[in-house]
Amino acid sequence: MTTPQSRPAVEIRDLHKSFGPLEVLKGIDFEVGHGEVVCVIGPSGSGKSTLLRCVNLLEEPTAGKIWVNGTEMTDPDVEIDSVRRGIGMVFQSFNLFPHLTVLDNLTIAQRRVLRRRRAEAERIARDNLERVGLADKAGAFPAQLSGGQQQRAAIARSLSMEPKLMLFDEPTSALDPELVGDVLTVMRTLAEDGMTMMVVTHEMAFARDVADRVVFMDGGVVVEQGPPQEVLGAPRHERTRSFLSRVLDPTHVAQLGQPTQSPEPSQPPRLPADDRHNL
Amino acid sequence: MKLRRRQRERLSLWLQYLAFVAVIAVVVYAADWGRLKEAFFRVDIIESMFPTIITVALRNTILYTLGAFAFGLVFGTLLALMRLSRVAPYRWVATAYIELFRGLPALLVLFLVGYGIPIAFPEREIPGGVFGSIAIGLGLTAAAYMAETIRAGIQAVPKGQMEAARTLGMSHFTAMRTIVIPQAFRIVIPPLTNELILLTKDSSLAYVLGVTASTIEVTKFGRDTLNDRVNATPLLVAGFTYLIITLPLSQVVRRLELRYAKAR
Repeated sequence: MTTPQSRPAVEIRDLHKSFGPLEVLKGIDFEVGHGEVVCVIGPSGSGKSTLLRCVNLLEEPTAGKIWVNGTEMTDPDVEIDSVRRGIGMVFQSFNLFPHLTVLDNLTIAQRRVLRRRRAEAERIARDNLERVGLADKAGAFPAQLSGGQQQRAAIARSLSMEPKLMLFDEPTSALDPELVGDVLTVMRTLAEDGMTMMVVTHEMAFARDVADRVVFMDGGVVVEQGPPQEVLGAPRHERTRSFLSRVLDPTHVAQLGQPTQSPEPSQPPRLPADDRHNL
Repeated sequence: MKLRRRQRERLSLWLQYLAFVAVIAVVVYAADWGRLKEAFFRVDIIESMFPTIITVALRNTILYTLGAFAFGLVFGTLLALMRLSRVAPYRWVATAYIELFRGLPALLVLFLVGYGIPIAFPEREIPGGVFGSIAIGLGLTAAAYMAETIRAGIQAVPKGQMEAARTLGMSHFTAMRTIVIPQAFRIVIPPLTNELILLTKDSSLAYVLGVTASTIEVTKFGRDTLNDRVNATPLLVAGFTYLIITLPLSQVVRRLELRYAKAR
């Protein structure tokens, strides 16, 4: 009855994840539709990265079920390698392969996993390098690139596998501020091309402008979710409001010390009117 | 007059040089060079050792070393992967092997391989004759040492490398082979070089297998010549012959490390 096409790209039901005695995810229900861009925000330790890593089974869920493109990831007999081919992932620390050139970084999985011929793999790799603005860096080693270039190369590496879903785990958190914009531009273009994306991020401007839906997590649960203008512009929950005020106006909160004594506790600071990354 | 700080330092340094030179001068002056030369540096004996020491003895030393190193590297990598395996019995077997073979003297292992295997399997021969026995006999011990080095190298590769490879759809095995192990080997080049140099000298243990004129290696050749000529010169020649291997080796490795530096 439910064909893979009719199901959402990602479907998560009552997901729990514990590391020893520490319960990080406490029952998550969550969906991502085809072509949808979902940004997951929340304080550090809220479980948002763990949630993302459960989607492609880098972390094994303690309980609950996950489907990606109609395949149940939590089935013990799932052919994990073949499912992961359809799920790209971009890490905070890039994780390019330092012993390979940029071009080889993009071709090695195409050749070893998809069994593409060298010429075809290189053509696809060069197309994707072009797409992220690194056409001239094919022969360089990762160590010779800036952080922003490395992250764009990592995105191109994932895209070379032609995934249906892209996961981004704080892709700009390890970057110098002036390099963040290039990476976000690439991600934005990807979103506009219709890629299904799940993005864990602290870039509120990106979430506001690019996301179809923003999910706020805290303490291992989804506190609230909805269109960015609602979650970021008019949050309903106090936890969301206090998180946003800490992120968007950190010095103000630090001076107050106790945010609850603020004269206007219910008003989160507004997002800056101008887009600071010129997306 | 009071000396300034730099003057004091310079004076102190010169006094140290002076003491060093004095010690050497005393030793050189007091030594009986005539007798020393007679015992350790007889030119006629040195000449008689060439070219055999190079064409046969050194050649065999290099062959035995490379054979044992290759065997140890392959087997040691396997042991390292077993120690890191999720399968508990693999870990137990590898750990037991490493603990046992690191503790046993290489001489004993070589002896057991050289004489034990022919007794255990009388119908079969170790391929390669003496060369095969030495490669396996020394390689078994070397593997135990290299396994621990390689395991440390694999663990030194950041976890994100394996994760990124798996995320691209690679199997654990493919990710290990194409991503993790190549990086691990770059990390362990210096300690593996040490192992290679140690093996070069351990190859002198080949004598327990009873080498012949064609399978003789450097140390045995030196000792045989010593017995023939009743003079210690051959030992000195044999000893310095090892430097022909180890000094260029250090250079090659240094260059290798430089080449890999940009891809780290």
